[in-house]
Amino acid sequence: MSAEPAAPGPAGAGLAGVRPEPGVAKPDPILVVDGVARYFGGLRAVDVDHLEVQRGTITSLIGPNGAGKSTFFNLVTGFDKPNQGRWTFEGQQLAGVPAYRIARRGMVRTFQLTKTLGRLTTIENVKLGATGQRGEHFLPAIFRPSWAHQEREIEARADELLERFNLAHMRNEFAGTMSGGQRKLLEMARALMVHPRLLMLDEPMAGVNPALTQSLLGHITALRDDGMTIILVEHDMDVVMGVSDWVACFAEGRLIAEGTPRDIRANKAVIDAYLGSSRALPEETAPVDPAQPDEVEDTP
Amino acid sequence: MDFLSILGNGVRGMFGPEAAIYAIAAIGLNVHFGYTGLLNFGQVAFMLVGAYGVAVSVATFGWSLWVGVLVGLGCAVVLALILGIPTLRLRGDYLAIATIAAGEILRYFYRSAYAEPLTGGVYGLRQFADPFFELNPFPPGRYGIGPIDFDSRSLWVMTVGWILVVLISLLVFLLVRSPWGRVLRAVREDELAARSLGKNVYSFKMQSLVLGGVIGAVGGALLAINVQSVQPDSYNPVTTFYLYAILILGGAGTIFGPIIGSIIFWFIVTFFDAFLRSAVGAGWFGDLIDGADVGAIRFVLVGLGLMLLMAFRPAGILGDPKELRLDVR
Repeated sequence: MSAEPAAPGPAGAGLAGVRPEPGVAKPDPILVVDGVARYFGGLRAVDVDHLEVQRGTITSLIGPNGAGKSTFFNLVTGFDKPNQGRWTFEGQQLAGVPAYRIARRGMVRTFQLTKTLGRLTTIENVKLGATGQRGEHFLPAIFRPSWAHQEREIEARADELLERFNLAHMRNEFAGTMSGGQRKLLEMARALMVHPRLLMLDEPMAGVNPALTQSLLGHITALRDDGMTIILVEHDMDVVMGVSDWVACFAEGRLIAEGTPRDIRANKAVIDAYLGSSRALPEETAPVDPAQPDEVEDTP
Repeated sequence: MDFLSILGNGVRGMFGPEAAIYAIAAIGLNVHFGYTGLLNFGQVAFMLVGAYGVAVSVATFGWSLWVGVLVGLGCAVVLALILGIPTLRLRGDYLAIATIAAGEILRYFYRSAYAEPLTGGVYGLRQFADPFFELNPFPPGRYGIGPIDFDSRSLWVMTVGWILVVLISLLVFLLVRSPWGRVLRAVREDELAARSLGKNVYSFKMQSLVLGGVIGAVGGALLAINVQSVQPDSYNPVTTFYLYAILILGGAGTIFGPIIGSIIFWFIVTFFDAFLRSAVGAGWFGDLIDGADVGAIRFVLVGLGLMLLMAFRPAGILGDPKELRLDVR
């Protein structure tokens, strides 16, 4: 994927002409973040003045360890509360909205450390993701006929997703028996059951073998081509530069740079953040992986 | 030493009213712990409010017994809400602390002099379940085969008790096989994952706490009816741990686990009670053990049984040992 053109592809065409500077306005933003800040004691974990995410693109968040990428994810998806700030998703205010409602509105996340439901089977894991299930209400749950029909539809859709993510052979196994890579796939399939319009993937490639990385990337670009917006936290620069339409770089909780992968590669602030101010990134032909993902990882 | 009569005692314990009552309360705990992963260490509190709901309604206020049962179940709902509203948003440990404390607080409150006009204080209340026994279809006498026999009163409580066990198990079965139960099990595995998929985890945990609590109150009400009396000190925290023993013995998170667990638990307790008593009577242990020690020793044996179980069948009699080998993260 490193051979892909770094300029925005057709899906990122809406970004043509957007200037590569932090906080720049996009023509059609799906997510707009304003002044969101989170402090842990005296530590400023996240402090983003303004960030817009263009609809229908793959936007990557990069930055050294501890830059606040995952905290930012937690904040905008409602899993953590910011000390201040507002953000809108498709024009709706999300500050103070509980995480489960944010997910139902179509902004669904996965986790850096996969959260498979080990003692549920693979198919149950995926079926769980469907929203608006009548059988999830206490009284209708007792009467199977009231939800059996919907359950069949959900199961058909879940089976389709398992097929698409090459997990069909695991259908009736406990998800706890899966390898790390399969868990990443399962999490993505499960998230898609929610019908997200914005999918937020927290290090989807961490601990995944290279062959599976390719297939995951294929899935991600296919989703973008279907019109979904994707935000990605990723450490692997090959992946980021190859797949992203837009890249936002965090350092010490702040958004320090934004732009196309080509812009970011040449951006001095990014190079400084990663390597210190006296070094330079190698040339475009040999992208390296400067940030070793040494955070706790989910290995198979 | 009459071995047949000892065995008869054991079998009587297996199917007696207590086994049915503990099975019901353990089914409630199974909803909490086995299916939702809620650490409720105060199931006895739900039994207590169920029992006193009946007793106070009838003996103090003179209402009908059936109204009393409903009052008991209503109290369990209220108790679940009181416990759940502040703690279910927090980590699991907080519920454990709150429930174990609530059990003791309620016991002390019900036995306090302040509550005596209502609850009878330390003496409790009695003779409030006559309408239940008036419905007894079995004429007085003893029923059974050989050494296994029950009087008509016990037989009536047993019949109702085991019918309730079947009905409640069926209800729980229908619920946990539904998408509702799927969410409960998802919450047990990983709350955050369930939340990220748009599930209102707090609401599901609350529903589970209320359902299991009400089932516990059914057990408590039947316990009160069975002995026609309530006394605060029979609702010790240790009861909750018997229920956990039953649940783990049978297999948490299975439909038949609490039932099988209760049957085995009561067999062990009553069998060894009878066995030790006659062994002590026959002078087997000399001065080492006397009749007063028997009560404690049989629970030592239950503990030993649990240890063996954990070593050889750690998922319980009915649990799937495969589940425990999973790398659950």
